[in-house]
Amino acid sequence: MKRFLPWIALLALTSVPMWLKDPYLLNAFVTTGIFIVAAMSLNLLLGYTGQLSLGHVAFFGIGAYTSALVSLGFDVELVGGFRVIHEPWPVWLGFIMAILVSGLCGYIVGKLSFRVRGAYFVIVTISFAEVVRLVALNWVELTQGPLALTSIPPMALGLPGLGYFEFFSKQSNFYLVLGVVALSYVIISRLVNSRIGRAMVALKENESLAVSVGIDVTRYLVLAAVVSAGIAGAAGSLYAHYLKIIDPDVFLFLYTVTMVIMVISGGKGTLAGPIVGGLIFGFIPVVARSFAAPEIQWILYGLFMILIVFVLPQGIVPAIEKWFGVGEEPGVPGAAAAKIQDAR
Amino acid sequence: MDARSTQAQPALSIEHIAVHFGGLVAISDMSFVVNEGEVVSLIGPNGAGKTTAFNVITGFLRPTQGEVRYRGSSLNNLKPHEVTSLGLARTFQRTSVFQSVSVFENVMIGLHRRGRSRLWDTLLALPRERESERELRARAAEILALVGIERRSRELAGSLAYGDQRLLGVALALAADPSMLLLDEPVSGMNATETARFMHLLDCLRGLGVTILLVEHDMPMVMGVSDRIVVLNYGRIIAEGPPAAIQGNPEVIRAYLGQGAKKRARD
Ligand SMILES: Nc1ncnc2c1ncn2[C@@H]1O[C@H](COP(=O)(O)OP(=O)(O)OP(=O)(O)O)[C@@H](O)[C@H]1O
Ligand SMILES: [Mg+2]
Repeated sequence: MKRFLPWIALLALTSVPMWLKDPYLLNAFVTTGIFIVAAMSLNLLLGYTGQLSLGHVAFFGIGAYTSALVSLGFDVELVGGFRVIHEPWPVWLGFIMAILVSGLCGYIVGKLSFRVRGAYFVIVTISFAEVVRLVALNWVELTQGPLALTSIPPMALGLPGLGYFEFFSKQSNFYLVLGVVALSYVIISRLVNSRIGRAMVALKENESLAVSVGIDVTRYLVLAAVVSAGIAGAAGSLYAHYLKIIDPDVFLFLYTVTMVIMVISGGKGTLAGPIVGGLIFGFIPVVARSFAAPEIQWILYGLFMILIVFVLPQGIVPAIEKWFGVGEEPGVPGAAAAKIQDAR
Repeated sequence: MDARSTQAQPALSIEHIAVHFGGLVAISDMSFVVNEGEVVSLIGPNGAGKTTAFNVITGFLRPTQGEVRYRGSSLNNLKPHEVTSLGLARTFQRTSVFQSVSVFENVMIGLHRRGRSRLWDTLLALPRERESERELRARAAEILALVGIERRSRELAGSLAYGDQRLLGVALALAADPSMLLLDEPVSGMNATETARFMHLLDCLRGLGVTILLVEHDMPMVMGVSDRIVVLNYGRIIAEGPPAAIQGNPEVIRAYLGQGAKKRARD
């Protein structure tokens, strides 16, 4: 049963644009989906290696700017009169570059955090995000600073000569985002259910024991940071090409907080957690808007968050699994348990 | 035993090791060897420096001076996971398991170095990934059976009885496929039956050719399993030799054995 749940959910979500025609709600689905991707990437670090990246929005924002700039082109003068001119590239290349550049930044942050864990990791990531935000704000020649990058083209897929498909409509963007959510889910679930994921959990649970069984924990922390940052960059790229305008506010700390809330409420260290938490907290403002004033909306948001954390400290998904008993025996995948029987 | 010592091949050699913590001398000028296939015990009163010695050997601490070698290569500048890769695995004095995952997953984590799948195998779910996982699961089941906690494999490690957690700690060390095992007070807190079972496990491991360095306060056990004993007091080696000689050594009796009985009563 549990094996098919992701497929059932995917199928159900695929049907949404067929019966939901309200553009406002479709828009909510798309933006929520983008943040779900970002939250999933945060969960890889927080839920599996146990490291809280409170500057996670940096990777999101770097992805957004990279993708926008690669597809818009730019012309900047570096120190010493050295001029860099970049002609616009196809948008899908911008998407790829966003993943690569964000992943590279994840690598750098991971390496900086060599031997740095817990509170220090939080500080390193926050500082990184602040530095990147200041660069985006002040390097006006490249980023337009507070004036924002505008007229960002929509995402387009295709090859020269074969024609392009442009993601203009809300429906098409819905499917694009759903596709990225599904792909990220597959990547993360394969990683965490492997020897690599076990090494990450070992780092989270007991670092000295992990190294004593021969796990190079730094290597897996860096790997997690790279994959996590790359996926966050992909989310940022989707964001830029959907909204078609970005300014340094994409680096708002509030966005990181939103991701953290999605992960914690849904259940960190579970695959479905960020999706469930993301849907709930993505749609609270939408639902609340229909009957409450803006102040009340935020109060509701806060109350709901506090309620979840108090009632279900592990998050919603682990609670549901316990309730229905669908969660396998703690930590033993069903297949593994069966194999123990075989091996006897 | 005599036959063994005539063809003795040193596996681990500790050469003039000293460890200072600020002004405190935890170990001063310690030298001894452990030969291939031997069971050597390191004993001494609380605070003598036994755990510190383990930490130096396994790369958790840098010695202030001296050198540690295993099968000819120096361990001095290696990180703990690199030391493990050379075939040295340890257990910890304080119970140490991955609390919130199952017993079986614990051993799967411990088998990390045996996994053969690369990042691409995992991401693309290639056959090698599945094959490697299948091998690891079979091996994990074997190790759990060897230490005798296979019936607990689906339970959370943190919910095991104390004695079983200690055994799981040994299973984790064994999962790293060591040629030498360092055990820090493995039977402390175990009852008599569990201790007897553990001694049987030690016999099995010795039969498999694993070299063992043991730290333990349980004297009947130490005397029963050791080929040789090294006695440490205030960071210095005060005696070294076969169990019979150590038992009769007046300095050892004064420094430790008289007091060891007291400690056992307290435990
Ligand atoms: N990290 C450290 N920093 C400072 N002092 C330490 C540290 N680790 C150990 N010591 C000190 O070094 C001495 C030796 O400690 P160690 O833990 O090696 O003793 P032990 O022989 O294992 O004792 P026990 O039988 O109680 O386990 C003690 O005086 C201890 O307080
Ligand atoms: Mg000790």
